[in-house]
Amino acid sequence: MNSRIVIVNVIRWFLLLFVQVFLLKNMGFYDLSTPFIYVLFLLLLPFGIPNILLYALAFGTGLTLDAFYDTMGVHATACVVLAFVRISFISISLNRDAIDDPEPSLSYMGFQWFSLYAFLCVIAHHLVLFFLETFRLTEIGYTLMRCGLSCIFTLLIILLVEFIFYRRTSR
Amino acid sequence: MRNLWIFISRYNAFFLFIIFFTIGIYLTVKNNAYQRSVTLNSSNEIVGTAYERLNVLKRYLNLGMVNDSLAAENAKLKTQLLGLTTADTSKDVKVIDTFTNQQYTYLAAKVVKNSITLRNNVMTINKGSLDGIKNGMAVIAPQRGVVGFIRDVSEHLATIQSLLHKDTRISVTLKKNNALGSLVWGDGNFDIKKALIKEVPNHIKMYVGDTVVTSGFGSFPAGILVGKIIKPNVATNDNFLSGELNLFTDFGTLQYVYVVKDKTADEQKALESLIKPNE
Repeated sequence: MNSRIVIVNVIRWFLLLFVQVFLLKNMGFYDLSTPFIYVLFLLLLPFGIPNILLYALAFGTGLTLDAFYDTMGVHATACVVLAFVRISFISISLNRDAIDDPEPSLSYMGFQWFSLYAFLCVIAHHLVLFFLETFRLTEIGYTLMRCGLSCIFTLLIILLVEFIFYRRTSR
Repeated sequence: MRNLWIFISRYNAFFLFIIFFTIGIYLTVKNNAYQRSVTLNSSNEIVGTAYERLNVLKRYLNLGMVNDSLAAENAKLKTQLLGLTTADTSKDVKVIDTFTNQQYTYLAAKVVKNSITLRNNVMTINKGSLDGIKNGMAVIAPQRGVVGFIRDVSEHLATIQSLLHKDTRISVTLKKNNALGSLVWGDGNFDIKKALIKEVPNHIKMYVGDTVVTSGFGSFPAGILVGKIIKPNVATNDNFLSGELNLFTDFGTLQYVYVVKDKTADEQKALESLIKPNE
């Protein structure tokens, strides 16, 4: 059971990073909207994961992305922020003792909870990401627009992927 | 301590977040040229603005001192200006000679072309025949030292065959005992600061530091300082002594020279031409 979770997550990590680096990196609408689907890996990590391991995984994933994007540290920082939001949101919205679901996915948690969870995590990640990339407040309007549009794009793809897998798990 | 540990472990998510976030920001700023430049520039801007403010205050406090130094500089420049407006006028400087009054007059001239690197050096001055310059007149340096002879003269310009020329020989004496010799340059040593005194009679003893002056037998007035002996009694193959001397004239930086006009030069020449060569 435990090893199955590890294997699934490892496969997911490679798959998502592959898609992100070799497909989505080359996609974008007028430099305004860029999807970052790899955050789904961090969203779908199991509930029982220790905080330190979650942060380490987030940081490592971010660094791997940075290596491909040539933005040392930007994605890592954004992923760390995402991990923080994830921990806070789960601890606020769910009773820690009553969690018996293995992971916070759409199939287990339902559309409403999952969409809010994904929305908060993704928007935090994207805000940090784009502001670190721009690194100045003078273009704040443009940055916010990029952030918002990318957020919508990413969320759409995440929900799409989740719905595809939702059917399979529900069977 | 235990309470602190409980506090930290309870909010470990937050503290871990701070740690990882700091590392992330540090990596970002350290490894991305653009982000680093922005960080450095903005901090520089803040520091720069602070310094600028401070500087304004400092400048105001230093105003009195700056004023004083400016006034002093102004005075200095004005004095210099006064000197400049009178320097280039062709004023005759009178030299009182013990032999006859006003035998020699000096004419200041500016060097317009100078050469020191050749074997035979010639320089050009901005005074010519209209200023009364004639062939063969002696030229001396402003402070002390000899320069050479006038060679060719045009209306407004004249050339000087400087001491740094193989044909230039100037009659000189040792100041302390009036022993005659002749000053030449370039006999095996092309240093523009050194020359040779030759044909000093054999019984004269030269010492380091002896002053060499012009003898007054040529077109130079007597007693013009020429240089100091640095290497006495250089052995030559003839019956005379030679010595090496340091010239007082600095040919490299020469800007103004004095042309020496000898009132009795023509008279002397006419008189001496009466003597037949092989009489």
